[in-house]
Parts: sequence; C-alpha cells; structure tokens
Amino acid sequence: MSVDKINWFKYAAPANFYPLAGKLIPWFAVAAAMLFAVGLYIGFVVAPTDFQQGEAYRIIYIHVPAAWMSMLLYLLMAGYAGLGLIFNARLSSMMAQALATTGALFTFIALWTGALWGKPMWGTWWVWDARLTSTLILLFLYIGFISLQAAIDDPRRADRGGAILALVGAINVPIIYFSVKWWNTLHQGASIRLMEKPSIAPIMLAGMLVMVGACWMYSIAVVLSRVRCIILERERHAPWVLELLESKR
Amino acid sequence: MSQSTIHATLLWVVRRDLTLAMRRRSDVTTTLFFFVIVVSLFPFGVGPELNMLRSMAPGVVWVSALLASMLSLNLLFHSDYIDGTLEQMLLIPQPLSVVVIGKVIGHWLVSGVPLVLIAPLLGLQYDLPGETLLVLAGSLLLGTPVLSLVGAIGAALTLGLRGGGVLLSLLVLPLYIPVLIFGAGAVEASLAGMGVQAYFSLLGAVLIVSIFFAPWATAFALRVSLE
Repeated sequence: MSVDKINWFKYAAPANFYPLAGKLIPWFAVAAAMLFAVGLYIGFVVAPTDFQQGEAYRIIYIHVPAAWMSMLLYLLMAGYAGLGLIFNARLSSMMAQALATTGALFTFIALWTGALWGKPMWGTWWVWDARLTSTLILLFLYIGFISLQAAIDDPRRADRGGAILALVGAINVPIIYFSVKWWNTLHQGASIRLMEKPSIAPIMLAGMLVMVGACWMYSIAVVLSRVRCIILERERHAPWVLELLESKR
Repeated sequence: MSQSTIHATLLWVVRRDLTLAMRRRSDVTTTLFFFVIVVSLFPFGVGPELNMLRSMAPGVVWVSALLASMLSLNLLFHSDYIDGTLEQMLLIPQPLSVVVIGKVIGHWLVSGVPLVLIAPLLGLQYDLPGETLLVLAGSLLLGTPVLSLVGAIGAALTLGLRGGGVLLSLLVLPLYIPVLIFGAGAVEASLAGMGVQAYFSLLGAVLIVSIFFAPWATAFALRVSLE
C-alpha cells in the first residue's frame, strides 16, 4: 500500500469494514430511535385528523415510508450485487445479502399496512390495484433472491448467482410495473388510486418525511449489524477473525 | 470468428437436442399432457357453466402453459449437467450464448410448440369462438419462446441445487407475469371483440428484449454454476 495516496478501498476489505460498521451502528440506531419518536409524535399527536379519511389515514406514516424503502432497497441490493459481480468484491455481495432481508421486511410491512388501511377505506383487504400488485411481485422477487442464496452452499456461487437474479429482477421491475398498470387499467376503467388524496397538509408531509428518515436510519443500522454477522460467518477461518475472537474471550 | 461456424454450432446444438428429445419422447409428451390435464381440471373446480368458462379460458390456458413450460425447464440443462456434456460445451470456442440459444430453440420446439398446437383444441373445451382460438394460438406462439428464454436463466442458476425444481418456480414465475398479462390479455380482448394488435406488439417487444438479454444472462449463470 503506497503511503502518498489515500487508499479509497480500505473499507472494501471486510477486516477493515467490520470495526467501522461496529462503530457506526450505535449512531444510526440512536438516530433511528429519535426520528421514530419524533415522527410518531407528529403522526399521532400533532397532525390533525383527515377530514375525509378520519383517523385511519395515520397508517400512511409507516405505510408510505415502508413502500418507498421496499423499492429503494431492491435497487440498492441489485446495485451492490452488481458491484460484487463486476469487481469481485466480497463485501458488496455481503451487503446485498444483508439488504435483501430488510427489503423483504419493508415490502411485507407495506403490503400489510396497506391491507389494514384498505379495509376501512375501500371496504376490502386487497384490491388488484397496479401498485399493490407490483409490490406483491417485488416481495416475490425478494423471496426468490433470498431462497436462491439460501439454497447454494458455496458462498461465491451464492453471491454471483444471486447477483444475476437480482439484476434480471431489476431489469424486470419496470416491465412488470407497466404491464401490471396496463393490465389493471385495461380491465377495469376507474379503480381506486392509492395516492390521489387532496393535497397533503405540510405537517402531515413533515411527519411522513421524518418517518422516512427513521426508516432509512433503521435500515442502515440493521443492515450493518447483519453484514457484520455475515462477515464473521464467512471469514471465520481468516486470521483477523480468530484474533478478534481470542481478544473477546 | 466467422459467421458460418456460429451458424454451424447453433444448428448442431438444436439438432442434437431434438435428437435427444426424440429418443426420449415421454419427457415431451409428459409436459404436453400436464398442460392438457391442468386445463381440463378447472371446470371440475368451478362448474361447467359455459359463460363463466369462456371468460376464464384465457387465464386458465395461459397459467397452465406457464406451469407446463416451467416444469419442462429441467429438460434444458439438467441431463447434460449430470453426464458432464455441459462442461464440455463450456469449452467450445464459439460463444456460450450461441449454445444457449440453440438449447433454448430446441427446448421451445419440443415443449413450447406442442402447447401452441394443442391450445386451440383446449380452447374448444371452453367454448371459445373460432377467431379467438387463432388469437390464443398466436399469443402462445409469441409468448412461449419468452418462457423458454427467461426460464433458461432460472434453470442455469438452479443447476444441481437441492430442491432445484421448487426453487426454480420461485425464481421464474414472477418473471413470467408480464407475458401472462399480455398473452391472456390478447385472448380476452379478442373475446370482447376488441383489437389485439397492441397485445401482440407488446408480446413481440418482450420477446425481442428477452432474445437480446436472456441468452447472455443464461451463459453467465451457467459459468457461475459450473465453475
């Protein structure tokens, strides 16, 4: 390693990233807790009752952030998986693996809260609306990725096979989204749209954005701690892990 | 590399796979009969009323085609993987994606084309009018190659894995959804007396995109699975 240059890839090595992640996790966890507290306070106490939807609308404070996270985390996961595939970077593949579970969790939360919201609003738990359907398919894509990685014993093959699947899925997400959208509109002219509300009040928007921040912080904290576990598991024969375990003993 | 060797490779792979399929015809006919049986099961579940059956037919036939095509995917690489032929194929000087295209064409000829040919007959069970039967066959003609192409990626990824078959369905079925929507949509539009050109165009577009990307991704997945 040359001394006159900054080593940009220092933290691409799991041995260096592991302690860094350990130091960062508490900060993100605290930020997540604080933002959740503020966001929920705004959402439950400060924000007024919606004059059309009553109290039930308050579920958007978790529903909308979860829906955003589900899509963003998929792209992030595919991006990390692609990086791992192209540059043969172990850590990127581990990040992709760590992101998948959180992404699937948020997708599930988005669907579940959507159902809870749909029951009082539309009188049904589920409609075959384009957004709902494409979120459901996104959940299937996450499950496919997780199951493929779980089925392959060799971690290198699991990383690269998963990466191909994630990238194929990422190419497919827009195709699926638009096909589902056309399918729905072609079938039944006017269906219920999720987002066509009267313009949202600033305080509601603020609460939602704070919750989005909280979900981001939560995701980062959880993904980092999960990637630490994955690092330990995969590098368990590496000298630095053995040293670490010795010092902990 | 000259054009002719690529063509020769492609033809060689297709001919080889067809020969193998013809020597083991039961594999091919099993897929076909699976399709026939699944389509014929639905009326037992929902009742024999023709009006309802007619409106269900596009979805039923298409979903059954999806399942039949997915179940036949293990014919694509599995036996070559078991006896080591696939590893030898990785070593030939021509691009691996050419071999993949050849194998996909072979797979489609033995598993997709029979579905296209038998579908109008099954459509009769559901009382579809004559023109719609043609649309059904046409939509399957455009759609089943996509199923083989996209399925090949999944088949390559799950090569030699525990519980590969079930896993394959988990990976591949979500990716089949656009084909299902456009394919069944075409038949439904024809039933409703609307134009089907838009659906056929979209199916064609999906086919072109998958011809472009899928062999390449499959070749890559094969290299990952066999290294």
